[in-house]
This record gives sequence, structure tokens and C-alpha cells, in this order.
Amino acid sequence: MIRVFIADDEAPARERLRELLEDISAEVPNAVAGEARNGLEALERLPASAAHVLLLDIRMPGMDGLELARHLSGLEEAPAVIFVTAHDKHAIEAFELNALDYLLKPVRAERLASALKKAAATGAPRRENLERAAGAPREYLSVAERHRIVLVPVRDILFLRAEQKYVTVRTREREHLIEESLVALEREFSGPFVRIHRNCLVARAAIRGFERTGGGDEEAHWQVVLDGVTERLPVSRRQWPAVRELIAERP
Amino acid sequence: MPSIRQTAYPDVLPDFRNLAVMARVLVAVNALALTGALYTTTGVLAALEHFVYVAAFLEPLLLIQLVALSAASGLLARVPYWGACLLVMAIAAVLAGTYHGVVRAFLVQSVPSLGRTLALAILVTGFLLAYFYLHTKAFSPALAEARLQALQARIRPHFLFNSLNAVLALIRRDPKRAERALEDLADLFRTLMADARQFVRLADEISLLERYADIEQLRLGDRLRITWDLDAAPSDALLPPMVLQPLLENAVYHGVEPGTGAGDVVVRIERRGDRVHAVIENPYLEAGGQRAGNRMALENIRERLALFFDAEARLETRIANGRYRVDIEIPYRRT
Repeated sequence: MIRVFIADDEAPARERLRELLEDISAEVPNAVAGEARNGLEALERLPASAAHVLLLDIRMPGMDGLELARHLSGLEEAPAVIFVTAHDKHAIEAFELNALDYLLKPVRAERLASALKKAAATGAPRRENLERAAGAPREYLSVAERHRIVLVPVRDILFLRAEQKYVTVRTREREHLIEESLVALEREFSGPFVRIHRNCLVARAAIRGFERTGGGDEEAHWQVVLDGVTERLPVSRRQWPAVRELIAERP
Repeated sequence: MPSIRQTAYPDVLPDFRNLAVMARVLVAVNALALTGALYTTTGVLAALEHFVYVAAFLEPLLLIQLVALSAASGLLARVPYWGACLLVMAIAAVLAGTYHGVVRAFLVQSVPSLGRTLALAILVTGFLLAYFYLHTKAFSPALAEARLQALQARIRPHFLFNSLNAVLALIRRDPKRAERALEDLADLFRTLMADARQFVRLADEISLLERYADIEQLRLGDRLRITWDLDAAPSDALLPPMVLQPLLENAVYHGVEPGTGAGDVVVRIERRGDRVHAVIENPYLEAGGQRAGNRMALENIRERLALFFDAEARLETRIANGRYRVDIEIPYRRT
């Protein structure tokens, strides 16, 4: 019995998928494990639903399907994902390139049946494939807990600092640890973030100014003063010229 | 069996009620007069003096002729092209002759002879008709292009496939509603495939908007809330086809679909004097963005309005108080 979760913002589209799932239940035994009307709702409900397969609309309010799939891939028992789209040329090209499963709306029963069988066999999509298929940077970073995914809006992040095998995500209120590489994060968020040190990316909008410290025995260096927190972050000698230039561009 | 005609665009006279057409006539005739003055006199100052003298005679006549032509434009539209050309020349000549007589009898004696006046009037009218003939010829590929765009880009594939999907979902639960939705879709596509060069009545365009809205309502349910403000809409007004529907489609696509909550769309159409004013307003969602697709649709409409109304149509967009708003203004024309 395959447990299927349906995420689509249009009620008739969800209804149609339920009908089709029932139609093919003799061939592919299945049960609807849950439904969601947008990306955030799906993220909230899916972990507890124990779904094996997620039928996921790409264009949804709140969070689009591709970003949602990327956050889910952090779950311990991540579901297999079948993207569903009416017409999205770029997304379809990206799916083809990265071996991701998709169905076109209106969906045919036979196609749905074979996609379900395949998905149940292959399991969750690989995180790198999802990353490559995504056209835009994420709006959230996520921390997967056992039955829950905690989202951190990228616009709330002050800085990202690599330590050992984790990256610390610092917001005004608290810190999170995520398992991602700082290099990949720098590539994805090259617009809003600037590298100030080998191990640190700072949100350009959070920089209030710079302070010069040291002198005496210690070599003098610059520090970033942040908005809203008292922590200071050292700027490496190597990054200083680039940082200064970027900040000068700021309106 | 009907054949595919090579010249799909019949020759038509310019619309003499159009201010831009009037302006072109005025500029062209005065330029001709100035050229004549420069040719017949020696020195620029003398030429200008002569031009002012000629213009004093010419301008009232020209205005009278333009008023007469704009009054006769209803009649001219019903006559075949070449007949209409002759009619225009006849109107111009008769008015020139009469004007000549009046000026000679009551104002000044030293005007050119009647023969010269008539010959000049006919020549200049012929010249202008030839100019407008070439002008419309030059623009007709653009018209063809506009029609192609109307066929291909007006309704998003996204909308078509999602609508079909919604209808499929209805077939078992509510067959009657599914039938109606398919009928609405058929009407939409019939209009899409109709001749994009023909004006349509505002009443028809409004009913198309309502059919389109019904389909969207099916898909989006409570998330789509449309307020119709059409009490002052002149249902007999004429406008180019598919001008308002793409704007409503944009409003839904950019202003309602990307939002998690309900989105309010306002459609307001009213007559203000001799202008028809339409406003379509939707929530401005920064994340959804008014992206490139929207600009293309707007440019398409702006171009088509320019083809139909020249400089007399206006299309403006603005973002204020979290709302995105498109304003369209066209001259009020009736059948």
C-alpha cells in the first residue's frame, strides 16, 4: 500500500488526483495520507503523515514545489516526489536533465500508475539533483528535526558561519545549525550575502558599519558591526578590499 | 470552395474623426504651402511672409474640410474604397470652390483664380490620400503580427491546462457545471480565434470577462474575489477584441494565484464624456512579481490600441498602497 500525499493549491486539481488514485487502486494499492493547499502547509503536515510519495504541484503560493522538495530532502524518511505541472517549460527541462519524475496536467490514470510504481521503488530524489533543477535561490533555509522541519527565512539571517561540519545560521533571535556547505551557500545567495572571512558570509542588509580594533602587539584588523546584535565579526585581510568595495556600492 | 485571399487586408480610408489623422493632414498641407512659398519667392523672409499670407487663406478652408470629412466619415465607411476616395476629392473640391467664392465676394479680391484653387485642392487631396494609402499599407504587417500575437499569446497555456484539469475534476461530481465550464472555454477560444481587426461591442467583451472569471472561480474558489463596477459602462461602445480579458488574466495570474490568502480584483468600466475608461486592479504581491510575461502582455495591448486609435488611446500602470492598477482610456465610438 503506497501512502500518497497531495499538494496543490487548486481544490479541483486535488479532487481529480484523488479520483484517479481511487481508479488505479486495484492496480497500484494506495491511500491518500494527506493534502495541502500550499508549500508551507505541506511542509507542516507531511512529516507526520508517513507518506511514501508526494504528488507536488510546482506553482504554489507561499513556497513553490521545487523549494519545498529541497527542504523535505533533509527528512530522515523523505518521501519520493512526483512533480505535477500544467505547463512550465523551464521546470520540465530541469526535471529531464536531473532525472526527476513529473506528470503533466491533466494527468492520465495510466501515467499516474506507472509513476507511482517507479517512485515507490526509487525513493526520495537526490538533494543535488533538486538543487541543480532549482532555478532560483531558496527563500528559506531549513533544519530537519525528527518529525518537523524548522524554516528560517533567508531575509532574517544576519550571518552564516562555518564550524567543523556544520554551518551556524544566526538570526536576531537565535542560532540554528545546518548541514550544508558554505561554498554552496555562497553560490546560491551571492546577491544578498557577502563573504567577509574564509568561514563567514554576512547579509549585506545587516551590516551597520565597521570598526577597527587591535593595535599594540596584536595586528590591527577590521570588524563588522551588525544590526540588532552585539557580536562583532572579523573581516579577513584578504576579503577587506572586496568587502569595502561592495559596501560602498550600497545606496 | 473559398480560396485563401492574398490580400487579407482591404484598403480603407483613414478615420477622419481621429485627431492624429487631422494633425497629419494639417502638418502635411502646411508643409506643402511652405515648400511652395520657398519655391516661388527669393529669400527666406519673403517666403515666410508669403507663407503667412497663403496660410491665412488656407487654414480656415482646411479646417472646414476636415470638419466636413469627419462628419461624412459614417457615409464614407459604407462606400467602397475607390468610390470613397472620389467622394473625398469631391467634398474637398466643392468646399474649396465655395470658400473661394465667399472669400472673393466678401473679403479680398487678390486670391488665386477659381481654376487654380480647384486644381490645387484636388492635387493636394490626392496626394494626401496616396500618403494615407501607403501609411496603412506600411502598417498592415504590424496588424497581421498583432493578430498572430492575439492568437498565440493571449491565453496562457497554464490557464488552458489547469482549466481542463478543473473541468475533468467536475465531470463526475457536477456534470452540469462541467458542461457550462466547457461552454465558457469554447466561447473564450472562439473570441481568440476571431478576426482581431474587427471591433467588438463592450457588452460582448464584458460577457467574455464574466465567462473567463467563472472558469477562474472554479479553479481558485474563495481565493478569487472579483468586484464588478459596470453600472456606468456604455455597452454599445466599440473596442478592439481581447483588450480587457488579458488584463483580467494578468490580475489573477500575478495578483491572486501567488498569494496564500484571498485576493480582491476590481473591474471598473465607465464612460466619461467621449471617452471610455477601464480600470483593473489587483493586489500587488512582491514575491509573485509583475514579471516579464506581464510586460509583454501590456506591450501587446498598447501596440494594438495604437494601431486602432493612434495617439487617442492611453494605457497606464501604477503601483500604490499595495495594489497594482491598469488604466485604459479609449475614444467612445458606437456602431
